Formats: sequence, structure tokens, C-alpha cells
Amino acid sequence: MRTKLMVVAVVLFVCLVMTVSVSAQNYTIAMVVKGAGNPFFEACRKGGEEAAAELGFNFIFQAPEIPTAEGQIAIIDALIAQRVDAILVSANDPDALVPVLKRAMDRGIKVVAFDSGVAPAGRHLFLNQADMELIGRIQVQLLADMIDYEGEIAVLSAASTMANQNTWIEWMKEELKLSKYEKMKLVSIVYGDDLREKSYTEALGLFRAYPNLRGIISPTTVGVAATARALEDQGLSGKIALTGLGLPSEMAEYIRNGTSEAIALWNPIDLGYVSSYMAHALLTGQIKGASGETVNVGRMGERTIVQTADGGLEVILGAPFVFDKDNIDEWYQVY
Amino acid sequence: MVQLTPQKRQLLLRTVTRRETSLLIFTLALIIAVSIHSPRFFSVTNFNDILLNAAILAIASIGQMMVVITGGIDLSVGSGLALSGMLVGLIYKNDYALNPFLALLLGALIGLALGSINGLLVSKAGVPPIIATLGTMSIYRGLIFIISKGKWVSAHEMPDMFIHLARGHILGIPNLIFITIFFYGIFFYFLTHLKSGREIYAVGGNAEAARIAGINVDRIKYAVYTMSGFLYGLCGVLWVSRFASAQSDSATGFEFSTVTAIVIGGVSVFGGTGRITGVLIGAILISIVENALSVTQISPFWQLAIQGFIILLAVVMDAVMKNRDRKTVVRGQQV
Repeated sequence: MRTKLMVVAVVLFVCLVMTVSVSAQNYTIAMVVKGAGNPFFEACRKGGEEAAAELGFNFIFQAPEIPTAEGQIAIIDALIAQRVDAILVSANDPDALVPVLKRAMDRGIKVVAFDSGVAPAGRHLFLNQADMELIGRIQVQLLADMIDYEGEIAVLSAASTMANQNTWIEWMKEELKLSKYEKMKLVSIVYGDDLREKSYTEALGLFRAYPNLRGIISPTTVGVAATARALEDQGLSGKIALTGLGLPSEMAEYIRNGTSEAIALWNPIDLGYVSSYMAHALLTGQIKGASGETVNVGRMGERTIVQTADGGLEVILGAPFVFDKDNIDEWYQVY
Repeated sequence: MVQLTPQKRQLLLRTVTRRETSLLIFTLALIIAVSIHSPRFFSVTNFNDILLNAAILAIASIGQMMVVITGGIDLSVGSGLALSGMLVGLIYKNDYALNPFLALLLGALIGLALGSINGLLVSKAGVPPIIATLGTMSIYRGLIFIISKGKWVSAHEMPDMFIHLARGHILGIPNLIFITIFFYGIFFYFLTHLKSGREIYAVGGNAEAARIAGINVDRIKYAVYTMSGFLYGLCGVLWVSRFASAQSDSATGFEFSTVTAIVIGGVSVFGGTGRITGVLIGAILISIVENALSVTQISPFWQLAIQGFIILLAVVMDAVMKNRDRKTVVRGQQV
């Protein structure tokens, strides 16, 4: 009888300890990214882990084997069952994830989208990597500097359906309308589908079709690296300038040898770091998730929540970061 | 009509019915049409590009061809290629100064091991080829993620001598083209003049008859998957050198390109027939179509559809010619 009582007591005590530790704000925040094996998201993960160490929450990182919305839905379903406190998500489809994320929010889970957003109905907040407008414009500015504001230029994008790239390209066109670019002419936009061999072939096609081409902008890491390789293979580096968005590790070789003088990208570590801080602030009640509120984001300082065009709420990370010969050595091993 | 001796008549018919002849006519017509539309297509440098782009596909397709001739299919080509490339890339990433030609050999041996697993599954365990290679396709792709931890190997992590492997020349011929010619020479001899080579056709034509004729069917089946592995392993190293990047998702779906190349080249998907010269033309035709679509700057929205259309056209044209000739032959015999 006594032993039985002891067992019950011990069990009760253990339960009590577990409840206490849960109520001691030991939150679990899960990051769900587009697909496994992408160095960009590995860097986001690093930022999340950094925030977890500073704020003391449990950090889970999950990615579907191939980048599909279906894979992400299955993962989020499992996270709801595990009763995580917050989900950070970079969505493969802005609409397909809304129902499952709504279900998560109904269970009290905070949802912060980052990198690639979900529709406002499926999130509390969105962390915008940088203003789409700034990203589009900066690439034209970088290229214009390289070719002295003169000559034919082309864009080598990812797939023709990619919302990110298409919006940036629209802003590139806006920037090109300014009078200082009147001697620059956008002659072609081609799509390498983010595949190495297709991007390479498309780059070769541009060289052949436009013998007077002076510069190429490739707003995607596979495209910009494949174009750099094609330029070198054809002995065209230095003759045709190259810029775009790319991972420093992929582009280090080409930035060092001058095939591409500079590229831009936001910092994915900061992306993971800041989105984690945002989710944590929602959990602790530091912010309610309303327009105009200021959120503390650790070493990055403070950011303000603003209304977006689609009626949702977002926080903007900042201007894109430019990598060139002077700073590439600090960054190529980071991501 | 000119009188022909029956022997001469048959020789003429055989030449006309040859898949390669009709394919060559189609290819030449395509080249002329594209050249008229955009004269820049017709240049020595551009044809050099086309052959370079066709090289890796052409080599990997030899393996696929032998497998399909036995009545099987190898779906692990893309994954196996990427896995061998990633392993070699990781060797360089860890600063081992491996001679590029030894790297090629090593890649081929890795592929050989991967292919022999397929071979064992099909010949010893009796797993249907499509299931066996579907399984290993996922396993090999998964292994890439595991060994690379999701990270890519970038240009700056590879020594110059390795990056130059795909760019260099032997006796004035680009390495990639030299290697392609080398393997086509070897396998042409193997498939047309050696007993084991002929046995591959016998197994695909009628496995039971081959068995009764004393051919070790299991040994042949094991051999074709192993040889396919050897070739795609080699291609993996060439791929990484060519694009100066080893990526976890590279060459996804490449197996379908090899199937397309061999089908265009006249290999029967039911096994038993197909010639290596046809496969070479098939691979080059695919490369021409890709290059032409890019050089002529046809709208990217049309490209996929046009690509499919041209491939179908090539096959249908061949089927029509063959049909007509067969009728002629039958009529000739009746008279």
C-alpha cells in the first residue's frame, strides 16, 4: 500500500514539475522552410538557433524532402499535433497553406511567415526580407555602375511563374525609366527555371542573340552562378557585366576573379533571427500583432509593424546587402 | 524505273529505313530552318556549344539505352549522377588535391557500385526494373542530402585544375567531346562486334529464347545496370566540373532526358532493338532544339510546348517513313 502511494506521489510530482516547466515560458518555436538541402534555409536555421539561445526557447527545424506545399502541410499538421507554440514558415504556395495555418491559429499557435509569405488569412505577421522595390532597383543600380549607364542589358530569371522574381523585374523596369538610364536598353528577359543546365543554355543563347550585350542581371542564385560560369567558358568575363541576387558562397569565385563585380542579397541569418524574435514577442505578449506596434528584435534593434497592400501586417528586414570584392571573404563561409 | 538487283534494292531500302537517316534529314532541315530565321545560330562557336551541351546527355544515354534494350529502365540516372558528383565535390571541398582524371575514374567507380545495386535488385532479387530503380532513385537522392548536409559545393571550393577539366582540350578537341567520342567508340564496338554486346539484344528480344540458347540472362541484366552506373558516375564528375557546382538537387529528372534521347534515337521502349548511333543523334537533336529555342529568343512561354512538338515530330516522321518502306518491302516481295 505504501509503495503504491509512493508511486502515485512520485507520478504526481513529476507531472507537477512538467507543468511548472511548461508554464515557465519554455516555448517551442518551429521553423518550416521550403525544402531540404538548401543552404539559404540552413542559414535561416542558424539565425533561429541564435535567437533560441538568446531568448531560451526550444527551436525545431523542419523541411519537406522536395519543395512542395503538400509536404509543408503534412509537417504543419504534425506540428499542430505536437502543440508547438509558434510556427515560422517560408511557404511554397501562398494560398495552399492557408487552411492548415488557420487551423494552427485556431489552436492558439502564433504564425509568422518569412522569406516567401502566405496570404494574410493564414498568418499573424510576415517578415519581408527587404522591400521588393529596393531589391529590384538596387540590381539595376549595381549593373549601371559596371557598364557606365550605357548599352544593351538582359535579365536571366528563375521560372516565369515565380512571383518574387517577376515583382523584382517589374521594379527593375521602373528604375530603368529614370532619365539617367536612357542609354541602357533592356533587350530580353529569359528564364533558366533555377536549373543549372537550363540557365547555362539560356545564358549562351543571350550571348549569341545579342552580340552587343553589355550586362546581365540574374535575380536568382542558380541563374547568376550559371551565367558566371558561361561567361568564363566563352571568354566573355569583363566584356559582359554580371550582377543579381546570389549566395556569397556560390558567387565567391566569380566575385574574386571579377566575372561579377557585385551581387546583392538579404541576410538569411537575420531573416531566421528576426522572425524568431517576432514570434517570441507575440507569445510573451510584448506585441499584440497590430499595425504601428514596435517590436524588439535583439541585435537588430527595433522594427515597426506596418500594413501591407494585401491587407496583412508585416515587418521589413531592411535594405538588401551588397557583396563585392571587399567583403566577400567575410561572407562566403557564412552562407 | 531503274532496274536494281534484289541485293542492291535491299541495301537501298535498309539505308532509307534506318532511323539514323531520317533523323539526320530531320536534324538538317531543323538546322536550315533555324539558320534562316536567325543567322547567328549558324556559326562554328554555336555548334561547338551544342556539342558540348549534348556531351553529358549523350554519354549517360548509352547506359540507359543498354538497360532499355534488355527490356528494363534505369530511373536512378539523375540521382546516381548527382550522388557521384557530390561525393567527388566533397573530396575537393575537404581540400584533397585529387587529379581530375583520377576524379573521373573515382566517379565512374562510385557509379559502378551504385549501378551494381540496381543490377543485383533486378537480376538476383527479381524486382521489376521500374520499381528497383525508382527505389534507388530516392535512396541515392536522399544520400546526397545526408552526406552534403544540404550544403552545396561551390566554385571557390574546387581547385582550378578540376574546374578546367570540362573546359580543357585534348589534341585540339574539347575534353567533353573527346570523352564522348571515346566512349561511343568503345560501346559501338562492344554492341556490334562482341558476343556479350550482342547478347544484350538477345535478352531484350526474347529472354526465354536467350536462356534456352545458353545466354546467362541474369548476368547480362546485372551487367547493363552496372555499366549504366559506371557511365552516369562518370557523367556526375563531368557535370560538377562543367557547372563548377555540386548541388543537392542537380540533375533532377535527368533520367527522362536520357529516355527522350534514346527514344528519339530509335531504341524500342519494349526492348530488343536500338542502335548507339541513333542515340548519339538523339542527344544532339535535343541539344540543338534547346539551343535553337534560346538563340532565336522564342517566348519562354512557348518553349516547352515547342520542344515537345519537335521531339514528337521527329519520332512521327520516322514512324511514317518506316511504315511506307515496310509497305514497299512487302509489295516488292509479292511481285
